[in-house]
Amino acid sequence: MSFVEYSEIIQEGDVVIIFLGHESMMPVMVQSGAQTQTRYGVIRHSSDLIGQRFGSKVTCSKGGWVYVLHPTPELWTVNLPHRTQILYTTDIANITLMLELKPGSVVCESGTGSGSLSHSILRTIAPTGHLHTVEFHAQRAEKAIQEFKEHKVSHLVTVRNQDVCKDGFGITGIADAVFLDIPSPWEAITHAKSAIKCKGGRICSFSPCIEQVQRTCEALLDHGFEEICTLEVLLRVHDVRTVTLPSPDFGPEEDSRSSQVASDLSQDEVPNSGNTSVICRTATPPREMAGHTGYLTFATKPRD
Amino acid sequence: MAECENDSDVESRISYRDYVVLKRGDVFKSVQVENKKKVVFEKQWFFLDNAVGQLFGTRFEIEAGGSLKLKAAKHSGDSLDSKEAGQDNRHIVDDGSSQKLTRDDIETLKEQGLKGQEIVQQLIDNSTTFKGKTEFAQEKYIKKKKKKYESDISILKPSTRLLAMMYHGREPGKICHLRYDTLAQILTLGNIHAGSKILVFETCAGLVLGSVMERMGGFGSVIQMYPGGGPTRAGMESFGFPSHFHETLHEFPLCKVNALLAGTLDLSEKDADSEVSGSGNGQSESTQETSAVSEKNSEPQSMEVSIDPQEEMRRVERERLREKKAQEKKVKMEEKRKKLASAAALLEGRNADGLVIASRFHPCPVLMCLLKFIAPSRPFVVYCQYREPLIECYTKLREQGGAISLRLTDSWLRHYQVLPNRTHPVLLMSGGGGYLLSGTTVAADAAKARNQHKSEEPVAKRLKLDEISSA
Repeated sequence: MSFVEYSEIIQEGDVVIIFLGHESMMPVMVQSGAQTQTRYGVIRHSSDLIGQRFGSKVTCSKGGWVYVLHPTPELWTVNLPHRTQILYTTDIANITLMLELKPGSVVCESGTGSGSLSHSILRTIAPTGHLHTVEFHAQRAEKAIQEFKEHKVSHLVTVRNQDVCKDGFGITGIADAVFLDIPSPWEAITHAKSAIKCKGGRICSFSPCIEQVQRTCEALLDHGFEEICTLEVLLRVHDVRTVTLPSPDFGPEEDSRSSQVASDLSQDEVPNSGNTSVICRTATPPREMAGHTGYLTFATKPRD
Repeated sequence: MAECENDSDVESRISYRDYVVLKRGDVFKSVQVENKKKVVFEKQWFFLDNAVGQLFGTRFEIEAGGSLKLKAAKHSGDSLDSKEAGQDNRHIVDDGSSQKLTRDDIETLKEQGLKGQEIVQQLIDNSTTFKGKTEFAQEKYIKKKKKKYESDISILKPSTRLLAMMYHGREPGKICHLRYDTLAQILTLGNIHAGSKILVFETCAGLVLGSVMERMGGFGSVIQMYPGGGPTRAGMESFGFPSHFHETLHEFPLCKVNALLAGTLDLSEKDADSEVSGSGNGQSESTQETSAVSEKNSEPQSMEVSIDPQEEMRRVERERLREKKAQEKKVKMEEKRKKLASAAALLEGRNADGLVIASRFHPCPVLMCLLKFIAPSRPFVVYCQYREPLIECYTKLREQGGAISLRLTDSWLRHYQVLPNRTHPVLLMSGGGGYLLSGTTVAADAAKARNQHKSEEPVAKRLKLDEISSA
């Protein structure tokens, strides 16, 4: 298993995602002799996981079953332990595209936070790229290092515990892209600029507040960045469902014409105590949705 | 920095035959750099020859005659600052008479060789209302005039970002109106990464295929499934991938999928012929026929007339050419057969790592068919311009099983203008970017999905409907 490479069979030391049902999953570290409790019963790692194929069904002790999935950065994002507010897949996808990340890219990121974006970046830049990530909180930096090790991606990432606004990323002139998710990104623009290759590169800053965006755009302009662009993106989910809408009673049919109208209705009619109903296959929005995560500001550093 | 200018990285310099992206403001165009070929972009004609040898990202001016000239280093600070400005627009009357320069005057200035910046300055000087505008209005005016009269273009290296924005802005119909943020979701939700084996079925001019290949970085393999005659690759070529990327790209015709699934796919030479043009066999036969016929024709000739050495030479030459063509055709057939065989070999294992569908075809049959080639615990993403076909796919997958975490989504995108005291969303916004159905495969089992989520129907009725649909 690896977050940057697929494998077929579950092995000891793998991190797997147990799928329990709709919107219910949990990450599990596979260890010989260990057990995991779920609402469907116990999963014994040695017999139920190790040697099984990813994607297979596992029957738990109480008789219920779960699926065991191969980890991906997307699954990790919705299952990881939160140490900070994290970035979700919708924003991550756009950041990846707009920063032009691909295998071999060298990326600088700050702050590391809970590692949600970090895992996605690592997957995209593997096997030949590198991620330099900076986190000013000592314990979070430590936890990130540990997680990257457990997920077998340490060779692709360097974690530095420092303040990016004061000390930069620890490297200069080698990055294709820089990402900032910090309270005062305008204070890090100088360091971001020097981290980027002299032939140019991309930068992205994520900020929840518009005032932060304004100060960041000003700083980008002052430092000679071009193509400055701010946008926001939100995901809308459509709940697919089958609904049955009753038709009202218009009284007994008088002539042949009105019976024609009745038979023109959709063929999916269900007789229901005298009145007909129409079955519709449709999708509705959820009652509430995420209305704001943050503004994404992108820019290009031109060639020196 | 000196080291930057001497960038010996070959990839950084523009060469003939390179695919590049021209940029002027927010408008992009993908072209191939060719010798002395006229390029049209943003109502201007020019040649790209002077760009060869320059670095990607360089800015150029278009000179009279269509040649490109390197743009001098950017002047910091706007020399077009005006000292005077008004407070608001209460006295400004828009009657169209405030600009004293006529169109002909401007043309004359252009012919005199005036630079764009100078023309803009002329326009400002000859505008009666400029001094009365507010500072913001003056900035907006200058920006607008600059956009029209300063004709700088940049030449950039292609990327998914640039090409996706270009296609969406210029020819959305060619890509089924796939907006770039939706494409971003496809690539991320599909976990497209180096080393995997991805199936792609698209009719988006090759843009989706190219973006998948970019994320694979030349590692792993991509199998393009195609309907009809042959795979569309134009958009993919615009990425300008190095040649070794093409070795990871395979193609397989949909019309042979059923045979492959049934195990009856014939990979012998005969089969490859018929796949090509429907009359491959006939052609090779006819070639033999014509050479036989020509032999027959030449015999009576040589009998009737005394052998003319020149005529004989021409006949031998024609024979040689015919044979050469037949040989070339044979080689091509063999290549095609080999390609088909290699693609079939990759598919046969039914262990692909991902599936991306983005086409004008109804997605349901394509999805249900191609999912059979995907390993368990792998993501798949289906794009459709419309919602209803994806609802059908969702419903079918629920009935059939074998897929979890099904999600039907679309994304909402908004750009912002960020300026001091003038920050607000941009006035025009994209109405929609298409829909996505994503999910993860699991071991194919007859089990009804545990995740049959809540329906608003009362329990008894729901059970009835389940019985109907599973019948």
